[in-house]
Amino acid sequence: MASQSEVIDRLRATFRSGVTFPEQFRMTQLQSLLSLVEENEQLIQDALHKDLHKPKFETVLSEIQITLNDLYFAMENLRTWMQPEYNIGKNLATRMDDCFIRREPLGVVLIIGAWNYPLHLILLPLVAAIAAGNCAILKPSEICQATEQLLAELIPKYLSQDCYAVLCGGAEDTKSLLKNKFDHIFYTGSQVVARSILLAAAPHLTPVTLELGGKSPCFIYGHIDIQKAAKRLCWSKFFNTGQSCVAPDYVLCTAQTRDALLPALRETLRTFYGPDPGASLDMGRIVTPRHWRRLMDMLEKSKGKVVIGGESREEDRYIAPTVLVDVQESDALMQEEIFGPILPILTIESLEEGIDYINRQEKPLALYVFSDETSVVTTVLNNTSSGGFCGNDGIVHMALPGLPFGGVGASGMGSYHGRWGFETFSHRRGCMNRSWLLERVNVLRYPPYSDYNLGWLRWATTFKKNSWGGCSVM
Amino acid sequence: MEKQAVQRAREAFLAGRSRPLEFRVHQLKSLQRMITDRQGEIATALKQDINRSQYDTPLFELIGLENEISLAVSKLAQWAAPRPVERNLLTISDQAYIQPEPLGVVLIIGAWNYPWALTLQPLVGAIAAGNAAVVKPSELSEYSASLLKALLPRYLDQELYPVVCGGVSETQELLRQRFDHIFYTGNCTVGKLVMEAAARHLTPVTLELGGKSPCYIDKDVDLRVACRRITWGKFVNCGQTCIAPDYILCEPSIQNRVVEGIRQTLLEFYGPDPKSSPDYGRIINQRHFNRVMTLLEGYTATVGGQSDASQRYIAPTVVKDVPPQARLMQEEIFGPLLPIVTVSDIDDAIHFINEREKPLALYVFSSNKKVIKRMLAETTSGGVTVNDVIMHYTLSSLPFGGVGQSGTGRYHGKHTFDQFSHHRACLVKSLGMEEINVVRYPPQNHQKVRRVRLAMRTPLVDFSKGTYIWAVAASIVALGLLVALTVVLILAAGVSCTCL
Repeated sequence: MASQSEVIDRLRATFRSGVTFPEQFRMTQLQSLLSLVEENEQLIQDALHKDLHKPKFETVLSEIQITLNDLYFAMENLRTWMQPEYNIGKNLATRMDDCFIRREPLGVVLIIGAWNYPLHLILLPLVAAIAAGNCAILKPSEICQATEQLLAELIPKYLSQDCYAVLCGGAEDTKSLLKNKFDHIFYTGSQVVARSILLAAAPHLTPVTLELGGKSPCFIYGHIDIQKAAKRLCWSKFFNTGQSCVAPDYVLCTAQTRDALLPALRETLRTFYGPDPGASLDMGRIVTPRHWRRLMDMLEKSKGKVVIGGESREEDRYIAPTVLVDVQESDALMQEEIFGPILPILTIESLEEGIDYINRQEKPLALYVFSDETSVVTTVLNNTSSGGFCGNDGIVHMALPGLPFGGVGASGMGSYHGRWGFETFSHRRGCMNRSWLLERVNVLRYPPYSDYNLGWLRWATTFKKNSWGGCSVM
Repeated sequence: MEKQAVQRAREAFLAGRSRPLEFRVHQLKSLQRMITDRQGEIATALKQDINRSQYDTPLFELIGLENEISLAVSKLAQWAAPRPVERNLLTISDQAYIQPEPLGVVLIIGAWNYPWALTLQPLVGAIAAGNAAVVKPSELSEYSASLLKALLPRYLDQELYPVVCGGVSETQELLRQRFDHIFYTGNCTVGKLVMEAAARHLTPVTLELGGKSPCYIDKDVDLRVACRRITWGKFVNCGQTCIAPDYILCEPSIQNRVVEGIRQTLLEFYGPDPKSSPDYGRIINQRHFNRVMTLLEGYTATVGGQSDASQRYIAPTVVKDVPPQARLMQEEIFGPLLPIVTVSDIDDAIHFINEREKPLALYVFSSNKKVIKRMLAETTSGGVTVNDVIMHYTLSSLPFGGVGQSGTGRYHGKHTFDQFSHHRACLVKSLGMEEINVVRYPPQNHQKVRRVRLAMRTPLVDFSKGTYIWAVAASIVALGLLVALTVVLILAAGVSCTCL
């Protein structure tokens, strides 16, 4: 059984050999990863059900299909992404030169997965890392043991063992892994651990992408079809039992809206899960007893009033879809990311009050607004910041590969999905291939200096305001 | 004091003053005025700091800066506008775009070798992106630092863009505060400390560091021109440039000609006594002077080698046949010493480069396309200039930054704006088309799963302006062709009719 450093050294040696650079190699590996997912769907579903009691539908939608989509997208666009970018504006002094930006692999990267979507949160970064020509070490979350084991077994079977390795283990193993030098670290998880990752990366000057979380607010304001809004809200909140980094964490609305919302929520939940969600096949469970306990504590300490749900069962870590009203800013539920099927509703009197509240907190990973009024959506957009934003729906903005997925401030740094992942795992190298001609123009820059030369040089290199495409015009 | 400056900047940012585009443009134009009006004073400060010649100042600091400001002013509306992205069938009636947003309060730590360019260029991007910025110029270029502290508040908003001067302890105090981005230009050692300090607040950083930038000279090359260009890039600012060619790699057969080429050029540039040339600079301070001189210990200079501690003068110096393990080859020189290391061929050169840390810049001189291609494909570096040195820095459309030990992040032109912005992914849906959504709701069954998979598998469509124009143009052409075909057919039918 190879030690961590042996594995890293092996991958580094492979990277040095240049074998991951050619397009053909990357394509083959991506194709193999595609086969891995397609051929093992049942095994994946079983593992996820074992770990998270994940309903088959959710597994297909949010783990399998999203990974397949990203793979298709990467394979379709790989050639374009790999091309040097030539569309660069030039000035007179560089007219005859070849200027372009190359995307180059970084080296050996470390991808640390999370437990809530144990498959796609580790495979989507891997797709990007492979597409960008790197070698990668995967460190799946140890909390989802069945998925961890499955990945450890399947990855070496399908992908090149010299380029990609899975290292399993707990917190101590991760700590020792981080002592090694990597060329990029991609982490999905909590802020606390993120800090220690950054501290571990600093001595090696390793760039880091952090996909964290936060409390994603959801405005329901102004004129709105409350039935439809309730449907989409319930779906995004209770998907994966609320254990999504972009789940709407809490709702901000007026008392009037709240009164219209509650019956709509009740009806929707009934339609979704039946009268007893605990018996529905479509309702998931909390990942571990410890997380269940954390949520129950928050619920018990909360001073809000439970109006929907509230039931729970310790034996199978079940918590019913629960909605609370009369929740204040100081409530236990408002101090940290909930990450569970508990939805507090905070009443506001005006949009500004809600916006002020949001701006007093850390920047969230996602922000939602349900409203028919464009002015409401625009006001919120212009006066807040968040990793991403979705109007009149929840979560789905992360399924569009053209949009970068990432946080800002305490919710993270960097982004991925689609081309953004490719860019994250690449170095953008600016290249200028100077011609041997125009040495006479060059002469202007050499000592001995003179005002005359300086004048001409200034003219030749100055950006002209109305130039087309950033080139200086004679 | 530092804490208060940051606090005030944050309050000013939260008040929203720095966000309107007109305000940003106004600030940038004021910055432009400052540089134009005060050029003389800036040149004097630089002469006192580093004996910068009066021509090097506009050439290396100010022209570039002015261009960056003009570019930002001219393109700001475009850069700050929402950037639409491709949609799929599920999102076809929605708005999907990326909105660049200000990050908040950023910290810019400048360097001493180009104290104006390296401190103000990042500031241009920070202002353009709508942020507040705390500017901390390097204390080693003290005259420039004091001048900046005196001038900036007179031209820019004092609360949004405070200048904080001071040494190590003031910088450490600053780094204890929370920023939304830190932009640091300097060396690796401090770079690591900056990253560590940023870690505490989960602050993203841009680090413009350095390293040993190799310069490979192929044997079949016009050595006259090559040596001229290399000499210029190496000895400008007395070698104190982060992207100066640090050392030369070449085959033994051309080494002597390279030395001669450089010697000749030095004579042309600075005359027989560079010490008395107004165009030749000095080392920034005694500590760096001693550091550079120590690197030379034990080696005989082939060209130059003279020094004068009282003036912190070191002559342009070339050293031949330097062994790879020499002290001269262990750290970034950042001075006017140019070692030549011989390599047997291009493979040897590539191997040599890849054994070392990734450099900030890489230079190749060759007339052979294959050699250039190999160098580019088999090495990596922050940036590259082929057949010249430094010049990739001057094109604002090229991203400028390091990789690995030479840094993280990039800037110049639009890249600075992007570096200091948050790219917020926005999807604005309508509540219509709910029938499509129904497939994703519980209770679930096989049919729904199948339908959802199908819907998710739709290809992406580009709705950008370019595609629209293309689609419209193609439609018009197609229509025109159809009309033409119809006319032809009618005429042909008409002709055949009359023939009957």
